[in-house]
Amino acid sequence: MDFILEPWPWYIGGPFITLIMFFLFYYGKKFGISSNLESICAMGGAGKLHEFFTFDWKKNRWNLMFIIGTVIGGFIAFKFMTPDQAIALNPETISDLSEIGFQNAGVQYLPDEIFGLEALLSIKGAAILIIAGILVGFGSRYAGGCTSGHAITGLSNLELPSLIAVIGFFIGGLIMTWLILPLLF
Amino acid sequence: MKNIRFIVLGILFGIVLSKAEVISWYRIYEMFKFQSFHMYGIIGSAVVLGIILFSFFKKGTIKNYLGEKIMIEPKEKGFYRTIIGGTIFGLGWGLIGACPGPMFILLGRGVLSILIVIFGGLLGVLFYHAIKHKLPH
Repeated sequence: MDFILEPWPWYIGGPFITLIMFFLFYYGKKFGISSNLESICAMGGAGKLHEFFTFDWKKNRWNLMFIIGTVIGGFIAFKFMTPDQAIALNPETISDLSEIGFQNAGVQYLPDEIFGLEALLSIKGAAILIIAGILVGFGSRYAGGCTSGHAITGLSNLELPSLIAVIGFFIGGLIMTWLILPLLF
Repeated sequence: MKNIRFIVLGILFGIVLSKAEVISWYRIYEMFKFQSFHMYGIIGSAVVLGIILFSFFKKGTIKNYLGEKIMIEPKEKGFYRTIIGGTIFGLGWGLIGACPGPMFILLGRGVLSILIVIFGGLLGVLFYHAIKHKLPH
């Protein structure tokens, strides 16, 4: 029982993701989260803005149910399964973060410097949140998928477009982490 | 309500990604700094097992719940869309430490700020479709 309350190692997390992907395909669907963003836009009436969003989002209802499930799952894990919210980081990571202005890295699950109320209420902090969201939304649809659709499903299917997309994910992530984050904080 | 099964799978996904700390900004930062094997282990093991799983789908050894062959829709091809789109996505992923799945899971944790990120994600999707005819694919 203690095992459930502790952080799960990669060799539990990874296989579980494949298991979930298996069930999605077994039930005749696919594993792709970012297309939900399009469904939500269509559901919210974006069809008035652009004809693309006039597609029948109801056929993606199963996927919207899936993300509603993820919200519930996040709540359950947070409330009942994670007594200790600390993240055991590499000491090097902690010192790197402290150098660019992130204090007490890993003490909490998320950094206050990005997700805290103070950041949310500042212009810089709010701009970071919205710009990051725009980049993820725009990039995932331009690339035709996100981590679930390209990195997990696409690579599992040995698809070249997915390999290129994942290389892109890393180019962007490395530029952000090594070059831009130190300038922002 | 056969869609209930997808809620259940989503709950499981939310719990797994929370407990494996995939939705922690720190784990994504650490990954891009190459300072931990954790995220590579997760994605790597999921993909290796996925390759094995899909080979059973393709051979028809594993069929779907209706007893039919499982087909995997191929991804749309295009060098520019995947490399440029992927890089834009990566910039956002590196900044906020969450891809679309974790965004919704973080919402379940009660992280208020993530609402702004999700709103940004919707704007990004709208923006993409508004200008996609001008972009190289």
